[in-house]
Amino acid sequence: MNPERSRIRLMQGNEACVEGAIAAGCRFYAGYPITPSTEIAELMSERLPRIGGRFIQMEDEIGSMAAVIGASLGGRKAMTATSGPGFSLKQENIGFAAVTEVPCVIVDVQRFGPSTGQPTSPGQGDVMAARWGTHGDHPAVVLSPWSVRETFDLTVRAFNLAEKLRTPVILLSDEVIAHMREKVELPDPASIEVVDRRRPTVDADEYLAYGPAPGDEGQEGYIPPMADFGDGYRYHVTALFHGLDGFPTGDHAESDFLLRRINAKIETRRSEIIQVARESLSDAEVVVVAYGCTARPAVSAVREARARGIKAGLLRLVTIWPFADEVIQETANTGRVFIVPEMNLGQVSREVERALHGAARVVPFARVDTELFTPDEILARISEEA
Amino acid sequence: MPHLWCPGCGHGIVLGAVVRAIDRLSLDKDKVAVVSGIGCASRAPGYLDFNTLHTTHGRALAFATGLKLARPDLRVIVVAGDGDLAAIGGNHLIHACRRNIDLTTVCFNNEIYGMTSGQCSPMTPTGKVATTAPFGNIERNFDLCDLTRAAGATFVARGAAYYARALSGLIEQAIKHKGFSFVEAVSQCPTYYGRRNKIGTAPDMLEWQRTHAVTAEKAAALSPEEMAGKFIIGKYFETEAPEYTEEYARLSERLKGGR
Ligand SMILES: Cc1ncc(C[n+]2csc(CCOP(=O)(O)OP(=O)(O)O)c2C)c(N)n1
Ligand code: SF4
Repeated sequence: MNPERSRIRLMQGNEACVEGAIAAGCRFYAGYPITPSTEIAELMSERLPRIGGRFIQMEDEIGSMAAVIGASLGGRKAMTATSGPGFSLKQENIGFAAVTEVPCVIVDVQRFGPSTGQPTSPGQGDVMAARWGTHGDHPAVVLSPWSVRETFDLTVRAFNLAEKLRTPVILLSDEVIAHMREKVELPDPASIEVVDRRRPTVDADEYLAYGPAPGDEGQEGYIPPMADFGDGYRYHVTALFHGLDGFPTGDHAESDFLLRRINAKIETRRSEIIQVARESLSDAEVVVVAYGCTARPAVSAVREARARGIKAGLLRLVTIWPFADEVIQETANTGRVFIVPEMNLGQVSREVERALHGAARVVPFARVDTELFTPDEILARISEEA
Repeated sequence: MPHLWCPGCGHGIVLGAVVRAIDRLSLDKDKVAVVSGIGCASRAPGYLDFNTLHTTHGRALAFATGLKLARPDLRVIVVAGDGDLAAIGGNHLIHACRRNIDLTTVCFNNEIYGMTSGQCSPMTPTGKVATTAPFGNIERNFDLCDLTRAAGATFVARGAAYYARALSGLIEQAIKHKGFSFVEAVSQCPTYYGRRNKIGTAPDMLEWQRTHAVTAEKAAALSPEEMAGKFIIGKYFETEAPEYTEEYARLSERLKGGR
């Protein structure tokens, strides 16, 4: 099989993720098998050596995340993929990547329940783990695809955001999207926008590993240019709080500056990072907020509700973190009730509530029996609230 | 130079041996990367003018594996404490040996957890005291040279801070070696190990190293009773085996050519 053969293909979400990563320039993968993410590792092992990339099956998820960071410091776009339990194991090193500002992509194909739970069943239990799984107040960028094609697009976007923002980016997929097969038309490679990290332009002896580049001064959330290890800019990388030169500091002001800056570099770019999809929202009174696999039955339900004359709309979260507070507040101009179907006990519904500040009523709608929502049950809920 | 190590700590001597080895090999500083985990020993890279990476506790070898695979042109040297390498990082250690990836690992073995103030390490000898073994350690400690050899390392050696020049020579050979090379460097932690175990201050600990280290040749002539409590220094083992990054490059070439 020639993997390059055709752009129109029947493919699985996990396969689309691999294709997206490669299109975005990913040339390093380290991982450890876990259902339902394993196909990503398998396909990477097949694809990467053919294109000068490197694949390694590490001894565990902790090592995989570590190897990804090492490879990224060596200048390669790097990624790992896992599911719930493996995602927990990666957390310390995800925090390391955040505070040392090493771009990388982590795919978490969610499954159901804590620990092994129902290992191969669909669930959406890692939304908060993706935001708060690690320690110490760093920002998070998390994207959630709802289709096979969007898995491709968001994997490309995950790399672009990681490179641009110098931060780990999490692609939060789920068992349904990962294993579902759809006919997709992949974009023409030439049309895909690929972003590379900004590299230093100053001489090596002037390079400050975490300093602003000329022109960045005065920006609270600047993103330092990043040199590859081995290219003549010798510098120190540590997750200890560090000064502009990268060396550890115990200084209060420098520590404060570092933590605020790595948050500000995301916060000041919220409007650029946050992506949502809207369906019939302009006059919607009943708003369904959904993401990932749950958005699929939700959109059918909303369409059917409209057909029945109910002013329903769908707000689909494509970026989950940073959370789309502004969009939700705006939606409350017409929306009086927000229904949030999720395959967990209310992780996003609480965020919707927080964003609304009482401006509208929130109806959490949980399904935690490992079965996907049906359009009918969401429709029934919409009808009840209409 | 201001540094965070205690007066008399052996880690500075071991680091000096690493630097002298790199210097004697005239390696290009831009092409040297030093990677460490967390612990007193692991703060060493912060004092070096190379590409330096201070990672998470136990994970230095996994970070280094990714870096080396991404940049095979770099000489990647891992420095880590015995707790870092043999306890939390034990799994990464055996798998790096098994892959025979071209990294040089120097274990700063002070037989204790220094940074967290004196808890038991997998290298704390049976019977010795630690803050978490107040009645004497009942566990057995590793022989890291045996362990790494058995796991597939292709160069294994042991040195000691007291014999700093010889240690540097061993590290030099280890860096020159292609494949996974491992050097255990017996270091001293007077602050938490020496005093508590009544070995004394730093000079006493160095004196202990002087009198308890024996070369393999000398050891061969000693009876098991005479060897009791002593440790062997020098090159322990060297062999050749396919190296991981080269094997991968070969695979990649073959697949590209085969298209
Ligand atoms: C995940 C994690 N667990 C525990 C620690 C705490 N910790 C820091 S250093 C250390 C032990 C260091 O001992 P060793 O590796 O022997 O080095 P030394 O300080 O003796 O040089 C421990 C347990 C940590 N930083 N991270
Ligand atoms: S605590 Fe021990 S190992 Fe750490 S710096 Fe002091 S003497 Fe060295």
